[in-house]
Amino acid sequence: MISSRVKSRRNLGIGHCTKVPRNVNMEKLQNHYLFSEISRREAQHIEKYPNAKVISLGIGDTTQPLPEIIASSMAKYAQALSTPEGYRGYGPEQGNKDLRKAIAEVFYQDVLVKDTEVFVTDGSQCDISRLQLLLGSNVTVAVQDPSFPAYVDSSVIIGQAGDFKGGARKCGNIEYMKCSPQNNFFPDLEYASRADIIFFCSPNNPTGHAATWKQLKKLVDFARDNGSIIIFDSAYASYVMDDSPRSIFEIPGAREVAIEVSSFSKFAGFTGVRLGWTVVPDELLFSNGFPVINDFDRIICTCFNGASNIAQAGGLACLSSEGMKAAESLVHYYMDNAKILVETFTSLGLEVYGGANAPYVWVRFPGKKSWDVFSEILEKTDIITVPGSGFGPGGEGYIRFSAYGNRKCILEASKRMKSLFA
Amino acid sequence: MSLTQHLSTPISSSSSAFVAHSNFNSRTKNVSLPAKRFSICKCIAAPQEAQTAYKTTVSRNANMAKLQAGYLFPEISRRRAAHLLKYPDAQVISLGIGDTTEPIPEVITSAMEKRSRALSTLEGYSGYGAEQGEKALRAAIASTFYRNLGIEEDDIFVSDGAKCDLSRLQVVFGADVTIAVQDPSYPVYVDSGVIMGQTGQFQKDDQKFVGIEYMKCTPENGFFPDLSSVSRTDIIFFCSPNNPTGAAATREQLTQLVNFAKDNGSIIVYDSAYAMYASKDLPHSIFEIPGAKEVAIETSSFSKYAGFTGVRLGWTAVPKQLLFSDGFPVAKDFNRIVCTCFNGASNIAQAGGLACLSPEGLKAMHEVIDFYKENTNIIVETFNSLGFNVYGGKNAPYVWVHFPGRSSWDVFSEILEKTHVVTTPGSGFGPAGEGFIRVSAFGHRSNVLEACKRFKQLYK
Repeated sequence: MISSRVKSRRNLGIGHCTKVPRNVNMEKLQNHYLFSEISRREAQHIEKYPNAKVISLGIGDTTQPLPEIIASSMAKYAQALSTPEGYRGYGPEQGNKDLRKAIAEVFYQDVLVKDTEVFVTDGSQCDISRLQLLLGSNVTVAVQDPSFPAYVDSSVIIGQAGDFKGGARKCGNIEYMKCSPQNNFFPDLEYASRADIIFFCSPNNPTGHAATWKQLKKLVDFARDNGSIIIFDSAYASYVMDDSPRSIFEIPGAREVAIEVSSFSKFAGFTGVRLGWTVVPDELLFSNGFPVINDFDRIICTCFNGASNIAQAGGLACLSSEGMKAAESLVHYYMDNAKILVETFTSLGLEVYGGANAPYVWVRFPGKKSWDVFSEILEKTDIITVPGSGFGPGGEGYIRFSAYGNRKCILEASKRMKSLFA
Repeated sequence: MSLTQHLSTPISSSSSAFVAHSNFNSRTKNVSLPAKRFSICKCIAAPQEAQTAYKTTVSRNANMAKLQAGYLFPEISRRRAAHLLKYPDAQVISLGIGDTTEPIPEVITSAMEKRSRALSTLEGYSGYGAEQGEKALRAAIASTFYRNLGIEEDDIFVSDGAKCDLSRLQVVFGADVTIAVQDPSYPVYVDSGVIMGQTGQFQKDDQKFVGIEYMKCTPENGFFPDLSSVSRTDIIFFCSPNNPTGAAATREQLTQLVNFAKDNGSIIVYDSAYAMYASKDLPHSIFEIPGAKEVAIETSSFSKYAGFTGVRLGWTAVPKQLLFSDGFPVAKDFNRIVCTCFNGASNIAQAGGLACLSPEGLKAMHEVIDFYKENTNIIVETFNSLGFNVYGGKNAPYVWVHFPGRSSWDVFSEILEKTHVVTTPGSGFGPAGEGFIRVSAFGHRSNVLEACKRFKQLYK
């Protein structure tokens, strides 16, 4: 019986294999990264139907142009790099000081985060992996179920997870905290085992649920009682439309138990420009009293070389009052898209969640496998979505619709969905 | 280490700001932070817990604890900042960190300017790009640097720089591989290996990490390791033209290296960040060597060619023929890491990169490189004239000066104290760097000339 490994060697038709063993953690990863798989399926569909007018409500990719004030600040900064006065080389790895200050002032004014606790980066996806590198393989991890796949994948890669338990599609050693309509999309912490690290995203990708102050207080207390560290993903904080918390640091005691990761991607349209930040409070200590911030700083200085200075110039412009106004109107544009989608699915009699404090609409398709629903929607309406099971077993039976797109596409998509599910 | 010692460790940061500054009157903002007390920072109305601050029960990563102090270059920055505090009127010249100083050619910046503006238009806006990089840029890199070498567009992964790529490669390899590095070498190879868990503890007596194979590179062996005395490791980090020694390996030497890797089933991670500084008769890519595609990965950068140290753009080439012991292609795992742990280089930086590789861009980059090479000549001449044994400087923007019998940190301090010039002590790059000083040739011409004048005064 020829193993697929030997087959792949033979397929390449050459002899030499190095003697370097493949990283066993990489072997544990199941399939492609979720969004790579979505792209692949989209490409396949387009190949099959070259005239199809595909609408993507899949990957949460921003679509609207950057506000002019932001784009022009980056253009100016780029142009200045060709002048002696304006040229800049290496910046501090932790980020431009003015930008760090601005982030602290704009987002954390009431919760006393210092600029020295803010690390500017090239985005949350990268920061999650840098945090994993910092934490190492000997920590245990808890994630929401469903959740953004990078938490589980990065955990497997760094060696924190056991083997995949094929049946349940869960990684051994990772604590999956179910979030469903039944528990108001907040895990029943009384039934949760202790984990060193708790990944928590609010407003949530994919369910769209924004945790309440009470819920986050429970979480912080749980972390405190268990000596755990919360990694709080607030990438969609600017989408909160009610009075739900926008930062974990609004919760008393959070500074001693939480790290917050955030991003310019979804509120400034910087998905391609690449800019984000992570807050590590001074008070956050390992069990031996060593400050986590010192180790994060070491990772930033050793495994990273700072976010692009041009992107940082854009970030600074974004945080000006004019920039914030412009970014906010972009957010509202996408939230109006979300409203349309919510209305559409509600009118079809489907169970609809999210879409109120996040650009994601989480729709239940009971009794069906989410990849099957994904395929059906794609085949019959040329719309890309994301199957809920891609976010964890708790996502089975759901489809995530992203509200990113220009208005015309959203309206067209709604029309097609109505005719499919009428 | 006591808790208060931890607290008083300054957070590293070199001088910054989006406002103009010159090398002469740098405003330093970042110096040793005073020890902090937790109770000041609490933001809740709770009684102050004076002595026992709350600790999580999460164990610190033992690998992080193995690292010795801070990364080398923030330490250099700290010393520079402390020096400026001591001598606020000193006209400090930095030939330490290899930071480019000359403006980026206009053909390149205008492409980035255009792309920035386009992002505010409907037609020109783009969101997430392919994590592996924009197609046109990948193709341009392949055709510019790897023409006829069998490295294709889809073997190229565009990134935010070689430093970041090195850590991503380490994540691919994992903790269970052994590594070899040149001694001396760019500190990231060792540090990232420690962080990944590939090493044992640091031994103070020989200044080495247990488990790393250090391949000595000295004047005696022409800065190429004696491979017959090197033990097999899974991964071999090799940088040519070399940082810090400036040595550029010959075709014959690289052939030896490739054969060594082949015989041992090892993978070479070849750092070619300074390739364009090498003379035309020397190899510029490891893939010029027959058989290299089955044993090597090459990482490179726009930093030192286009002055992109702040803009952030580089690439890594992983040949399809490079396989793990079970036949699995390394490129597939690298791609997975790039898709999961990364989200692509900035699209604006990539637009700049594409312009770099246009005929006009390439010409402009060569001009900048020639400028730094002329700086290097001036520095080499200076130390030669003072009777020092000088290495490097011909094929790289680094000059490696021998101070036999002296501690390199002492020489670093002496030079800083007496001439206000920042350099880099050789021991920061490994034990075989002891007794050497690395002088970087990045700087304005006037600063380089002034620095050389001061060296002449000090060492005449």
